[in-house]
Amino acid sequence: MGDISMYQYDKYDQQMVDTRVAEFRDQVERRLAGELTEDQFKPLRLMNGLYLQLHAYMLRVAIPYGTLNSKQMRMLGHIARKYDRDYGHFTTRQNIQYNWIKLEDAPDILANLASVEMHAIQTSGNCIRNISSDQYAGAAADEIADPRPWAEILRQWSSFHPEFSYLPRKFKIAVIASDEDRAAMRLHDIGIQLVHKDGELGAKFFVGGGMGRTPMIAPEIRDFVPADELISYAEACLRVYNRYGRRDNKYKARIKILVHELGKEEYTRQVEEEFAHMKTLGLNPPVEELARITEYFADPAFDKDASDDLDLSDPDFNLWVDQNTVAHKQPGYAIATISLKPKSGIPGDASSAQIDLMADLAEQYSFDEMRVTHSQNIVLPHVKKSDLYALWQKLDEAGLAPANLDLITDSIACPGLDYCSLANARSIPLAQKISERFADLGRQRELGELKLKISGCINACGHHHAGHIGILGVDRKGTENYQLLLGGSAAEDTSLAKITGPGFDEDGVIDAIETVTDLYLKERQEDERFIDTYRRVGMAAFKEAIYG
Amino acid sequence: MKILTGNDLKTGDVTWWTGSDWSRHVEDAVDVGENFEAILHQEEASRRVNVPYAIEAEMTDDGPRPAHIKDRVRALGPTVRPDLTLKPADPEAGNWVI
Amino acid sequence: MVEAIRFRDDNVHEEPAVSLDAFLDQSNATAVRIEAGEDARLLLPLLDRLALIEIDFPVFGDGRGYSAAQILREAGYKGELRASGDVLVDQIAYMRRCGFDAFAPDAPIDAKVMKKALDLYDEVYQGTTDSRAPIWKLRHG
Repeated sequence: MGDISMYQYDKYDQQMVDTRVAEFRDQVERRLAGELTEDQFKPLRLMNGLYLQLHAYMLRVAIPYGTLNSKQMRMLGHIARKYDRDYGHFTTRQNIQYNWIKLEDAPDILANLASVEMHAIQTSGNCIRNISSDQYAGAAADEIADPRPWAEILRQWSSFHPEFSYLPRKFKIAVIASDEDRAAMRLHDIGIQLVHKDGELGAKFFVGGGMGRTPMIAPEIRDFVPADELISYAEACLRVYNRYGRRDNKYKARIKILVHELGKEEYTRQVEEEFAHMKTLGLNPPVEELARITEYFADPAFDKDASDDLDLSDPDFNLWVDQNTVAHKQPGYAIATISLKPKSGIPGDASSAQIDLMADLAEQYSFDEMRVTHSQNIVLPHVKKSDLYALWQKLDEAGLAPANLDLITDSIACPGLDYCSLANARSIPLAQKISERFADLGRQRELGELKLKISGCINACGHHHAGHIGILGVDRKGTENYQLLLGGSAAEDTSLAKITGPGFDEDGVIDAIETVTDLYLKERQEDERFIDTYRRVGMAAFKEAIYG
Repeated sequence: MKILTGNDLKTGDVTWWTGSDWSRHVEDAVDVGENFEAILHQEEASRRVNVPYAIEAEMTDDGPRPAHIKDRVRALGPTVRPDLTLKPADPEAGNWVI
Repeated sequence: MVEAIRFRDDNVHEEPAVSLDAFLDQSNATAVRIEAGEDARLLLPLLDRLALIEIDFPVFGDGRGYSAAQILREAGYKGELRASGDVLVDQIAYMRRCGFDAFAPDAPIDAKVMKKALDLYDEVYQGTTDSRAPIWKLRHG
């Protein structure tokens, strides 16, 4: 197995990605030679994560279930330096994007990625996308199992799937294994929660969630799918969607619309009928395959004698530990989050030097492992508590130690109109201004957990529907305008935010956020978080405070 | 005025039609009037540009400026990274974009 | 009309394909054409009568035909399964995996490019009706 506690390719996996590089190299050559029109080439490049964005080609690289080792992270830094403009952008899909890629370089970049067991396969297009998961998987004190082996089974099954590569629309799957949802599971096309039933581990299926124009929370359609029927059941869910999902209107083509229009019961009935048939086809890998993959994710060699004692006499360190670390399943260890949300920074952006440093620190302090979170931060999953101070000092020196995890300045922002050809308004400047307005850490901590999420258009890549506070950028007669939303949550208490009322200009929406947080401080009872107070008090009081 | 824009097929760079070629600088763009379909067709076919299209613009003392904010951002670069725009040394460069 | 590409040894079926409605109404047709939105399962009780099923792809991005093909092969259909319409060389490998063994593309396909595309991947990750052994099976014998 080696020292790394994550999946490693065998000869088959390696051959698949190597072949994909060769295939795409050939397709790029045919495009450059004029043998393929852009219309024909577009779906092929999208299946390899290559978009044509506002300023250039953009490459989205898959980070399966957000897990990375140091060697892979260093390769991401290398690509940023050699082929891009010295930085990368970590996304809400636990991936990384490069904004300035040349088409002629793309095959070489994919070859570089393949050399460290990475790829960009199916990071775009109307196919099954990168499988996302809990960023604390394998380390969390509250998980019943590591969800990543299940995600890896699904990754392999969904890669190059011949029947499901031209779906009505893109398809996103998340797998978690604890009651606390850190992966926005029910806002996915398929959300899977691992559960026990009569001592057996299996999957609870939620189907038909999503954000975008028509946000919906996925209903549960089956409480238990045994491990050895996982693929049959997923096939059944997908086949019903592929056959009956709407293709007449791009904006109604996601599975959430199908489930909504058929109704949960009818969709479930059709899936069950298909499942009964699928089960007879021998599509499921044997349990030995799950066991084989699970072995790779075995715990790293934890020091069983590691102490829980921590010297917190340095006040800044104390704040960081309090805010950015959470309980590990192993005594003497902690899960530490590196915030990519410095004051005035661009959420999720990291320079190649920062990428390299994070790789070094993971190697030194976290058994060579990192995770990308859907909140656009990086996690070091296995840090010995006695190493935390040294780690924090090195992060702090590099500007990577904002102690703001889950606070108002830990905002999610899509690339917005600064980079994205779909956007109607910029998102990043709002995140920057909010980080400046609420720069005082004491004030942020006083406000407590507050998920702020910003999208530059209704496609909702910035998850604004799922923000305790959400911002949606719109185009109002050629100028940027921002709508404010309140009351969303991507966690286990999933809810969808509602628009407060008429929109604002950039400064106006930030003023409105301040009004809203002031009201929260005034109204809150005991330990209520912002979202709790909002739910108790209701929209009317907040509206009144904002609009008078 | 109407000007033509697209992305360089190989590099992805944003480019503007100068009347005979494609330039990275919107200042070099020329008014194509209403008869641009033939140019778009011919340029796409010759593979110098990817998915070119026509946009509305306004002539100013500094040259053509796209009418829509999205095209102005395309013309200069990301407003949040002045160092990565076409005019990194000019702090005033972005004033016409937003 | 471009000449059809076939991966079958039998003779080309000469009878023209009728529409699904026409086929379900009349008893003696042996070739049927189904449009992208039509339910291939309606044919299942009648597969014995069929020598050719043509499935149309109005645009290459409309993937319903892949499921239709799988459903027919899963039910044991052994006759010719032809993909027609907007069939492009870069989709043919997946179509083959779903059971298509003949192609009637709107635009000609370069035979050399097609051969290369079909020979590219040595292995596959998932089982389909093409009976290639998925990688998990190779791993576990």
